[in-house]
Amino acid sequence: MTLRVDIVSAEQSLYSGTAESVSVPGEMGELGIYPRHTPLLTRLRPGSVRIKLPDEAEEELIYVNGGILEIQPFVVTILSDTAIRGADLDEAKALEAKRAAEDAMKDRSSAMDYARAQAELAEAMAQLAAIQKLRKKHG
Amino acid sequence: MAAGKEIRNKIKSVESTRKITKAMEMVAASKMRKAQERMKASRPYAEKIANVATHMAYAHPEYKHPFILPRSNPKRVGVIAVTSDKGLCGGLNTNALRLLVTQMKTWEASGIRIDVTALGNKGFGFLQRMGANTVSHLVGMGDTPHMEQLIGPVKVMLDAYTEGRIDALYLVYNRFLNTMKQEPQIKQLLPLEQAAGADEDKLKHHWDYIYEPEAKVVVDGLLTRYIESLVYQGVVENIACEQSARMVAMKSASDNAKNVIDELKLIYNKTRQAAITKELSEIVAGAAAV
Repeated sequence: MTLRVDIVSAEQSLYSGTAESVSVPGEMGELGIYPRHTPLLTRLRPGSVRIKLPDEAEEELIYVNGGILEIQPFVVTILSDTAIRGADLDEAKALEAKRAAEDAMKDRSSAMDYARAQAELAEAMAQLAAIQKLRKKHG
Repeated sequence: MAAGKEIRNKIKSVESTRKITKAMEMVAASKMRKAQERMKASRPYAEKIANVATHMAYAHPEYKHPFILPRSNPKRVGVIAVTSDKGLCGGLNTNALRLLVTQMKTWEASGIRIDVTALGNKGFGFLQRMGANTVSHLVGMGDTPHMEQLIGPVKVMLDAYTEGRIDALYLVYNRFLNTMKQEPQIKQLLPLEQAAGADEDKLKHHWDYIYEPEAKVVVDGLLTRYIESLVYQGVVENIACEQSARMVAMKSASDNAKNVIDELKLIYNKTRQAAITKELSEIVAGAAAV
């Protein structure tokens, strides 16, 4: 009796195959999963997932940055995060993004001025070129 | 032969332009392949997460996450606009932004206010000029965007939704149909649209998960990741679109340059021929006079 194990992250698939058992770092403690496990959904801590392959002494080790673990009797799916996350870390990222947007909003006037100045400069240059051409023609 | 020299110079300059566009075309072609692979690689995650989310929604008819609950009469909506960082990719960004602006106008007409998150330089610049209320933005993602970079800007929108400041969230991006065809699209992210209820009865007597530590925390994490993965997919798909649009645009630029060179060469040869004929006839006329 074997389990089907899929480890995927948003950016790529990390592992896919069958296993005798899997052990994962759950949020509430290490979990050992064998076939016919009851359906379970939990969050993972960053750590290594150990996969015991059938008919092999070696265990496959895969590091995950936390994520979500879904267990069905014969299927284990690990939705791995691509980076270590936490409420504080996420919050900091959101604040940073907000601040950058606010700065950009404040800066808008200067950016607009710059664009306008550029347009005026281009216009003036075109006028100068036209005047020079006219002068050449009429000597 | 002053005219001849001028034409030769022009041919030379068009030829060097053509070299550049040709090089850009080839670079875009190889980047496009990689972008398409990334697009495919991001699919299993979103599919798996969608499966779990749908299953959970059916197993738990009594508990509704705020992301799933439909909201009527939106007063304010959020839009995540995905565009490219660089230009020279045909009408790709223009098309997406035009779709966004049309949608924004209809919202504004019915008194709905709009918050925008701009992912990508082109859309950010455009929305700034337009005077849209940009609450967060991300520029300079490069060819390999990372989920990590998206967490912040997306969380700003998700928080706004959870706190009730916005009542719906949309994603605007270009859908990759094939190399020649990209289609701008508006997709509703929040509230999450439930899958069709055709197989609802089948799932009614289905099992439920055990949640550790508790349902709310796990579901929260899961749905947040789900939305993020949808945005990430939009970004990755948009990059594939950008590269293929650039490839096509650069190919037609190279072709046009070739046409221009051919025409210029024809004119050059004609004037050269005319000059030779003129010279010959002058010599012949001179000889006849003597």
